[in-house]
Amino acid sequence: MTINKTEEGSTLILALEGRLDTTTAPELETEIKESLDGVEKLILDMEELVYLSSAGLRVILGAQKKMNRQGSMAVRYVNDTIMEVFEVTGFTDILTIE
Amino acid sequence: MAELNLQATLENLDKVLNFVNQYLEEYECPMKAQMQIDIAIEEIFVNIAHYAYHPSTGPASICVDVEEDPLQVSISFADNGIPYDPLKKDDPDIGLSADEREIGGLGIFMVKKSMDNISYQYKDGSNILTIKKKF
Repeated sequence: MTINKTEEGSTLILALEGRLDTTTAPELETEIKESLDGVEKLILDMEELVYLSSAGLRVILGAQKKMNRQGSMAVRYVNDTIMEVFEVTGFTDILTIE
Repeated sequence: MAELNLQATLENLDKVLNFVNQYLEEYECPMKAQMQIDIAIEEIFVNIAHYAYHPSTGPASICVDVEEDPLQVSISFADNGIPYDPLKKDDPDIGLSADEREIGGLGIFMVKKSMDNISYQYKDGSNILTIKKKF
């Protein structure tokens, strides 16, 4: 997985490319842990994300909980494959999907 | 039918995925079903790697077969670790808010939701979990 990071003021955009799975989820977890200081809006761009398992969902949920305390979070450009995973797990109800 | 025997470690997850995907190649499995199968393999194999022989590691055996009429893939995972029936685990409450939801329990839930059949048996000292997916 590749994480492309863009900062616009207090907004942080993380564009995820590839597979968010057991092997790669720790990379995103570390990136989020290290980058959220002072961030008021976190955007996860999933246009190029092709695979998502529960290990990735755990990190996304952790990010949502963290951003609930310090601002907001949105997930954008979710493709059909990933949307299916969000729907099955009820994540469509807890995420802001743009 | 094909069988793969290896150590149940996270490092071997790719080998398991490649093994099943190569077997399925000639059947032209649709992409959506393919991803659901990949997710199921990851969730089940990672569970075995994490918990079956905790805190040590041990062997796992993966069998893949394609049955016809209806066309479906059958994958079974066997380990000789601690007896554990993942189907007995309560489903997570997916109606809760982000702050109320717990991190965990989603993996086997996704497998239950995306496969057509999932069964568990404990036989001769082995946990055997079998999933079936029509395509």
